[in-house]
Amino acid sequence: MEIHTYEKVWLALSLVLIVGFIATIAYGASAGPGIDMIDDKGGTVDPATLDEHPKFGDPGIEKTGENQYDVYVVARQFVFEPGTSEPLRVPEGSTVTFHVTAADVIHGFEVVGTNANTMAIPGQVAEFTVEFDEAGEYGILCNEYCGSGHHVMEGTILVMEQSEFDSWYEQQEQQTGGEN
Amino acid sequence: MATTRSDRAFVDKFPHEAAIVKATFLVAFVALGIGAFFGLIQALHRTNVLRVIESADYYTMLTGHGVLLAIVFTIFFLCGVFHWAVARSLNRPAESRLFSWAWVGLMTTGTVLTTVAILGGLVPNLGMSADVLFTFYAPLQAHPLFYIGLAMFIVGTWLAGADWFLSYRAWRANNSGERIPLQTFMVLTTMIMWYVSTIGVAVSVVFFLIPWSLGLIESVNPLLTRTLFWYFGHPIVYFWLMPAYLMWYTVLPKLAGGRLFSDPLARVVFLLFLLLSTPVGIHHQYLDPGIAEGFKFIAMTNTMFLLLPSLLTAFTVVASMEHGARQRGGKGYVRWLGALPWRDPAFTGMALAGAMFAAGGFSGMINAGMNINYLIHNTLWVPGHFHLTVGTAVALTMMAGSYWLVPQVTGTKLYSRPIGLLQVIMWFVGMVFMSNAMHRAGLAGIPRRTAEPQYQNFEFLTPIGSIFELRVQIALGGTLLFLSVVLFLFNILLTSLGDESDRPVDAALPEPLSGPEGSPRILDNLAMWTGIAALLVILAYTLPLAGIIQNGGGLFGGGLPVPATLSAGLDFVVVTVSSAFNTLLGVIA
Repeated sequence: MEIHTYEKVWLALSLVLIVGFIATIAYGASAGPGIDMIDDKGGTVDPATLDEHPKFGDPGIEKTGENQYDVYVVARQFVFEPGTSEPLRVPEGSTVTFHVTAADVIHGFEVVGTNANTMAIPGQVAEFTVEFDEAGEYGILCNEYCGSGHHVMEGTILVMEQSEFDSWYEQQEQQTGGEN
Repeated sequence: MATTRSDRAFVDKFPHEAAIVKATFLVAFVALGIGAFFGLIQALHRTNVLRVIESADYYTMLTGHGVLLAIVFTIFFLCGVFHWAVARSLNRPAESRLFSWAWVGLMTTGTVLTTVAILGGLVPNLGMSADVLFTFYAPLQAHPLFYIGLAMFIVGTWLAGADWFLSYRAWRANNSGERIPLQTFMVLTTMIMWYVSTIGVAVSVVFFLIPWSLGLIESVNPLLTRTLFWYFGHPIVYFWLMPAYLMWYTVLPKLAGGRLFSDPLARVVFLLFLLLSTPVGIHHQYLDPGIAEGFKFIAMTNTMFLLLPSLLTAFTVVASMEHGARQRGGKGYVRWLGALPWRDPAFTGMALAGAMFAAGGFSGMINAGMNINYLIHNTLWVPGHFHLTVGTAVALTMMAGSYWLVPQVTGTKLYSRPIGLLQVIMWFVGMVFMSNAMHRAGLAGIPRRTAEPQYQNFEFLTPIGSIFELRVQIALGGTLLFLSVVLFLFNILLTSLGDESDRPVDAALPEPLSGPEGSPRILDNLAMWTGIAALLVILAYTLPLAGIIQNGGGLFGGGLPVPATLSAGLDFVVVTVSSAFNTLLGVIA
């Protein structure tokens, strides 16, 4: 088969480009910056009995170590719990591992203007870790069509100063403790 | 046909095939008109320029827009082009007229049922709706008619493919030593890809969604039906694209005044699409929990290699155009561009579509990059991307190609070339406005598929320009695109109503510069390529599907997570089910 010289050069350059793309992604996704991929490490959950689940039954934030927190979020038509009726509060300078699932249909969980973004699928738990460097407020929105009220599904993340967060967290703990 | 045409037109030589092509084009263009109108309403609604519908009805319109344009318009048009190309390149009519009409009828019936289910959502108290968008992710549920219509449509396309394979088999009986004519080769490889990939959506719809929407089963596994959708949902992208490629390879060089650069490389390109189109669907699911990172990485690598056939196509198409320009007296390194027939709407439309495809290809590379994807996933960037690819590379090529193809099946001359030229340029300009603004809005985090991105608690920020300016561009672009469709439909309608012409269009297609003679015969071994394609699919999908079924509560979801002690026994079941599935794949492919 006769292939024109220019075409051979073009073919070679194309392959270099493709391999280059793959290399940058391999670097970005695993080595180097190590962007954490959403995968199957979050495990599964039964969407039918979500209310009885030890974590998703009462979703929210939980301290797991020095500056380390776990946050459980349930997405349902058309709210984030927590996030919508009350802001999702996290302390400044913390490392937060999110566990996000959906109670009814597939939703999205996107922290606006950042790459913290995941699908929330009934039965599956999306797990990813975010570092909150600065105090401030972020928007959360649902970016997967979830029904006729999809466009009102939003929430906020409030990154609080450590001391402010601590007193809020302590108060929460006491309330929960009192209930038990 | 009372006229005596000097050069026998397609309609005289193959009147029955021309009638089929006309029928498929008619359905395609009706769908184009309705779908484009919905698009206009959406563009004006979500930018808050003009709101004539409730925000809840936006999703009915959006479902209609997606289904009517991305499935009905594109695939009916594809069927017309392929039916024309097979009859033309094999130089023989279809084996059975009745069979051809049967698939046209089945596809049309399916389309009507699905459209009725969707539009039912606009009528309150009807109790029928299908506001599930083009992707119909369960557990969002549509009326059963939506899924049943879709299944009929898909089966119709399978029969259409069988029609073309039957023509090929009959031709082969009389031409045992010959190479497969290029256009038929393109049709057959595309259809094999389609058979392999539609198995996913067929399994999802027939075994899960139809029984579930009828209440026969209680629940579905949402990640499973979603994964089966994308098993089909990425190859459909190439199903849209292949008729455009067929025209870029075999028609565009002629319109440019030259010949195709290389027949064998065109074959290689179509084979690469056959092999690589399906084992990549998971790249739509980079952000899905429940799928291991390794499987996402494999899908990403395959996706990047899919760039290769498109880069080869860019070379061949530009080289063929340059050859044409030089035949027309063009000189210089770039000055030859001026010698191209820019007044011909068929040529200009296809050339502009190709140029926009290059831009769409690069924004697609961002989508494909599994880590960068996090920034733009499900934002307006994504529709910005695919309005360049399916919305321009494909749709504009189909409209431009119509200016050359429709006269061949009607026997009438194109009503107006200047209106055609204005139409294709308007599409290009409208898309420049709309698509660049959508890409940039996506970078600011504005989501796609949302009626009303006017949130209470935060504002979107854009590094350059303003959100207001982006909205104006989207509304303006959407309006230009809709007007372009109106001009197109008007031009085609008047063309079909015109008088019979002696020479409706110069339909002769010249031989390529390098013919198929010197190329390896193995390129034409369709059975072998089918086997390799099926193998790649099995490798890419067996483990992810098994994992989704095992961990996601079984085939039908809803169940409790499987305790670790039970998983050994379950492994056996999963392996059996998935190997049965793979055998099925092998048999059908």
